[in-house]
Amino acid sequence: MSIKEVGLPIFLNKINLKKKENQKKKIKGKEILEKITEKIFLLCAFMSVLSVAMITIFIFVKGSPAIFKIGIFKFILGTKWNPEAEIFGILPMILGSLYATLGAIIIGVPVGILTAVFIAEIAPKWLVNIIKPAVELLAGIPSVVYGFFGLLTIVPLISKNFGGPGNSLLAVCIILGIMILPTIISISENSIRAVPKEYKEGSLAMGASRIQTIFKVILPASKSGIMAGIVLGIGRAIGETMAVILISGNAAIIPKSILKPIRTLTANVALEMGYAFGLAEEALFATGVILFIFIIILNIILNILTHKVGE
Amino acid sequence: MKTRKIKDAILMTMIIISSFITVGILTWILIYVVANGIGKINWEFLSTAPKGFNEGGIFPMIITTIYIVLLSILISTPIGVCAAIYLVEYAKQGKIVRIIRFATESLSGIPSIIFGLFGYLFFVNQIGWKYSILSGAMTLSIMVLPTIIRTTEESLKAVPNSYREGSLGLGASKLKTIIKVILPSAISGIITSIILSIGRIVGETAAVYFTAGFAPRMAKSIMDSSRTLSVHMYVLTKEGDFDKGFATATVLIIVVLIINFMANFMSKKFNKTRM
Repeated sequence: MSIKEVGLPIFLNKINLKKKENQKKKIKGKEILEKITEKIFLLCAFMSVLSVAMITIFIFVKGSPAIFKIGIFKFILGTKWNPEAEIFGILPMILGSLYATLGAIIIGVPVGILTAVFIAEIAPKWLVNIIKPAVELLAGIPSVVYGFFGLLTIVPLISKNFGGPGNSLLAVCIILGIMILPTIISISENSIRAVPKEYKEGSLAMGASRIQTIFKVILPASKSGIMAGIVLGIGRAIGETMAVILISGNAAIIPKSILKPIRTLTANVALEMGYAFGLAEEALFATGVILFIFIIILNIILNILTHKVGE
Repeated sequence: MKTRKIKDAILMTMIIISSFITVGILTWILIYVVANGIGKINWEFLSTAPKGFNEGGIFPMIITTIYIVLLSILISTPIGVCAAIYLVEYAKQGKIVRIIRFATESLSGIPSIIFGLFGYLFFVNQIGWKYSILSGAMTLSIMVLPTIIRTTEESLKAVPNSYREGSLGLGASKLKTIIKVILPSAISGIITSIILSIGRIVGETAAVYFTAGFAPRMAKSIMDSSRTLSVHMYVLTKEGDFDKGFATATVLIIVVLIINFMANFMSKKFNKTRM
């Protein structure tokens, strides 16, 4: 045996070992890469947590001092808003937002639920193919276009039929009622469709009519889903700003009738921001805090409702 | 028996009337705005800047809208898609996922004026970007994050598990599986989420008004303040310039129509590939 013959396998072995080491290194490198990317994905997923935390902190930190400077009760229960005289009472705006939302619900919810019933249970497929895109389009129209439309059609109509300037609580209720329709329709439709077929068949087999089945069996069974839709609608109505500003008249006075102008919380923030300074500006941030508290309450209710749906 | 029939008939009529109202209102808005606005749109309106009180067109606003859309999508899409990948492909059910989901849901429930307020306090004042396209785009990219995460999640969940198993079984790593197999089959869902976000950004007013400002001029850079089409629409309506308002509203509605059409087209394609 020559040295060559003995040396070759050893040499080859060495090469093989090196290859294996390299492979190991490669695998290790890959593993590290996998770990890093997973962490990056996790970081991205945490961006929404970070955003919510930042938004909450910023609104509360910048808004709450003014509430204490003005006095909680003076601020929330005060009926006068006059920044020049440093009088900051936002009760008219709280009531304005609540009335407007209530009116929007009264107008939008029945129409929305019944339209959802029509889409999910009654309409033939070709009609569904027309109505559903229409509802989606209704959701896509920018809110400022709703405000523009309301100002030029609904407001003059109210003024002509009931007198007054027409910029009123009623106008806001009508436009917000229209704006929450898509939310209520699409969520109600989904929850109606989620009702098990057996419920419907059982009811029909017992001799109930189609309409009776819808109102006595299907709608009660999809109650919590529909409620979730209504809560989301409330959120959209209470948070709407630009459309409301254009048609509400924006008077910071508690409305005595549905034909009187109102100012909502959102409008109060938007109207004077950028111009106000000092305590007046802080009072606007404080108005944002009150609005934010309303939204948090709605979110909690929504969470409870959607968990019920899950069960 | 007879009263039941009458009752049924009344309820049925109410259902049909309600559906009629829904479709009727949309038709009314579309016809009213477009009929009054389409005649006022011409090349000059689309290609010149506003002059004087109510002369000129909307060219700077179109450019600003495009800037803000591009920038917001550029920021929020990678983050949103990666977040969705984490939630669907990596996360085990547990506290972390619950917190992320709760935050994403809460984020989608926050009204745009609160986003505007936050953007004004944080990006405009705290960081000191002033009223600028960048401040606006950052604010809006947070706002559309839930839309992108949720829609992408749906499309990732729709990718059959056999794809994942097949790829992993052939020895591909998890990352390679995600990049080479899962993302390509979920691409139409991701594009749908981007289209939906574009629609939301174009239609947004309150959140941009307080972050990008409302200067009616051509933006020189992303640090410049300028107004989007929707903000312009709001200012026109407040100033009582309804002629230009109709024309701008018509442009906005046409954009929304195109976006809705594209989103529908993509989601149909998405449903087809799923089958």
